[in-house]
Amino acid sequence: MKDFKSRLFSSESRLSDLITAHPSLLTLLTRLGISLGFGDRSIADVCEASGVDTSFFLLICNVYTFNNYVPSTATILGTDMTGLVPYLEKSHKYYVEKRLPHIERHLDSIAQKLSGRIGKVFISFYNEYKHEVEAHFLHEENDVFPHIRALMAGECDVTYSISDFLQSHSDIEGKLNDLLNIVFKYLPPQVDDDNVLDVVYDILRLSEDLKKHTFIEEKIMVPMVKHLENAILK
Amino acid sequence: MKQRLLIVEPSEVIIEGLKGILDGQIRFKVLEPEMSADNLEERLLATRPDIVLVNPTLVSNISRLRGEHALALVALVYQYVERDVLKNYDGVVDIRDSRAVIIETLAQASPAAEERSKNNYELTKRETAVLVQLAQGKTNKEVADALNVSVHTVISHRKNITHKTGIKSVAGLTVYAMLNNLIDESSLL
Repeated sequence: MKDFKSRLFSSESRLSDLITAHPSLLTLLTRLGISLGFGDRSIADVCEASGVDTSFFLLICNVYTFNNYVPSTATILGTDMTGLVPYLEKSHKYYVEKRLPHIERHLDSIAQKLSGRIGKVFISFYNEYKHEVEAHFLHEENDVFPHIRALMAGECDVTYSISDFLQSHSDIEGKLNDLLNIVFKYLPPQVDDDNVLDVVYDILRLSEDLKKHTFIEEKIMVPMVKHLENAILK
Repeated sequence: MKQRLLIVEPSEVIIEGLKGILDGQIRFKVLEPEMSADNLEERLLATRPDIVLVNPTLVSNISRLRGEHALALVALVYQYVERDVLKNYDGVVDIRDSRAVIIETLAQASPAAEERSKNNYELTKRETAVLVQLAQGKTNKEVADALNVSVHTVISHRKNITHKTGIKSVAGLTVYAMLNNLIDESSLL
């Protein structure tokens, strides 16, 4: 863990330096409530101006950037997590409204080049995946997030426990990986066009993003909620 | 060529039972059994078995065994062993299995070793047969019955199929099977 500490981002760095070094973090900014046009201000200044807790912002950026970084319980409990649920909700919206439609458009053009039945099976495979993801998100939005909001407001909500969450937390990247393999390895040569390349990049990006999303839910959200549940039940 | 089989198992009763089943088989040459895993790595280097039938409770790090040698690892179980442990093996022999099932499991596991050493990513005939059945919506149990093999064997074929294609879900495998003309479109309905 020691070597991480020296590499993790600090609040005095310029936000623009952080983005230049790790451009993929750019897609996180809106979800975290920060608009572009932040000029040369430091991370702390931009966060303050946008009403985002700096340590929460850094925690998410660090998780996205360093693959082996697992924040300690002390770090999690020492961070203002008010922004967590809104961030997760915005991420869901981003996946469902921005990323998936992108992928779907490409897959539709690919399917048109496949022979009738195969095209249909191909698209229905994707649709099945999309419905699984939507159901997965919906469950979190309807059951898990209200539970967390109640706990954070100091209410004792015993109808749901976060330990149910881990048990039922389903894998939403597996089928995406299947789709990736099908698209770039097994499609017949006649569909070899820009759509295939575009969708491969889109899938890879979404898959990486979802991995981090799952990580944040399981390694940050769950320990935090367990702590809140214990504190309230005592 | 006979497959060289090494049994790693502490119980003499079980070793003798297995030898009784396997000795008469032309497919296998049973090597001198090992009763503990203490010198297993040396033993593997010295005797170069094709298949190791091993009690999973004896080995803590199975991937280390596999790393060095092109061999099939088959778990020998007679008590509860966690699924996560078993998934690292190429097959599972339960001592309550019948003679025929034990032989079939070992025979099915051994091509895995040949393939690994050849780095062959083509699906074998058997794997293709399993894939086609799965794509038709059959469960592991139904595939096992249809092909006359054990459920463990079907699972180990599925593992190999996924390893080769990178596709895990049945729905994904169905798309793969169609794209490769392995299934008749009408058989899906």
